[in-house]
Amino acid sequence: MVASTAVAPPQSGGRSLHRFANPGRFLRIAARAQPWLTGVALVASVVGLGWGLLFAPADWQQGDAVRIMFVHVPSAWLASFGYMALAVCSVISLIWRHPLADLAAVEIGPVGAGFTGLCLVTGSLWGKPMWGAWWVWDARLTSVLVLFFLYLGHIALVRAFDDPVRGYRAGAILALVGVVNLPIIKFSVDWWNTLHQPATITLMGAPTMAVSMLWPLLICAVGFQFAFFALVTARLRAAVMERRIRGLLMARAAGA
Amino acid sequence: MTRKKRRLWVMLACGLGLGSATVLTLSAFRDTLVFFVAPSDIATKAPGLGRMFRLGGLVESGSLTRGMENNKPDARFRITDGGATVDVTYVGILPDLFREGQGVVTLGSLERDGTFRAQEVLAKHDETYMPKDVADALKKSGRWNPASGPPPPASTWNMLTPAKEAGG
Repeated sequence: MVASTAVAPPQSGGRSLHRFANPGRFLRIAARAQPWLTGVALVASVVGLGWGLLFAPADWQQGDAVRIMFVHVPSAWLASFGYMALAVCSVISLIWRHPLADLAAVEIGPVGAGFTGLCLVTGSLWGKPMWGAWWVWDARLTSVLVLFFLYLGHIALVRAFDDPVRGYRAGAILALVGVVNLPIIKFSVDWWNTLHQPATITLMGAPTMAVSMLWPLLICAVGFQFAFFALVTARLRAAVMERRIRGLLMARAAGA
Repeated sequence: MTRKKRRLWVMLACGLGLGSATVLTLSAFRDTLVFFVAPSDIATKAPGLGRMFRLGGLVESGSLTRGMENNKPDARFRITDGGATVDVTYVGILPDLFREGQGVVTLGSLERDGTFRAQEVLAKHDETYMPKDVADALKKSGRWNPASGPPPPASTWNMLTPAKEAGG
């Protein structure tokens, strides 16, 4: 197993973070977790979307258009969460030079971009009937569009170098610079006058959404969250295995 | 170990620099990043005649009159933010969510007589989501008149048994 020794950092005690650094150990844990992640994602998404789209009450003034919320809000949360995860991987990659974090950052990018795109598209479809415009350049919408471009830039940058390690470093720096956008997205609706309304669900205070709509929304959010984990885990497993195969082929070519 | 520590400190320093630069930039652009201005902003600092800007606020209760002008729907209403009020005229189709008491954002310019001639009206939805029966119960019990402003605090109506609590 030339490749696994090539990418595995030295074993240390089993108490530190490096316990999870070993790609072999990751593959074993991930293979066991994958069916659960996928299962919870499917069950919660189907239950949440079914409840939200078919049984939850319509809003008193938005009518049935409010049901776009059950896709829009979870994907918006995941757009920010995915970028946060990308940034954490980038910190680990830059400081501890962790090979699994490099691969995770590469694999999180397209998934996060997908959810951000879904958030922008559903938001646009919701904006036209409710606000009267497909798109406006207010602070919330603009900062989420910037987030989408940051994802696309990261996707392109990590793949732009012949030496993958240079791509990981450049991508990690871009991801960390982009972190300033996350508080801007979160607080844009409080700091500036925007067309987008402020947060409905806050840490302090009761949610300003009827409980009969809140439950399906939270179940959808759990389903989408697990879908994110399931997709990233599946991509990461494939990436680790691909790297191993490449290492084995190169070792064989060098030996022949 | 020392190299890892050094990388950590370099990253923290870069983060601090980038963070403070962002905060300074955003606070410098604070007033220009707004999507719309409120009526009291116009009262203190009116934009020039004919200059396009967005005006936002609540449609004042009882101020809406609809008519027809050259076979096109025509609306007059007042936008308020509690402090000041601006008269608005608009020719065109209003969005579905438009009503008295609703937040709106309009794009247009000030006329010589101080009225705002809107070319585009967008309805602003607030952060409250409630089913029709809850809204009806709140209205029937006299705790909320949608034309006069936002609904009462969520903690007063958003219980685990919403229909019963809101009615009571």
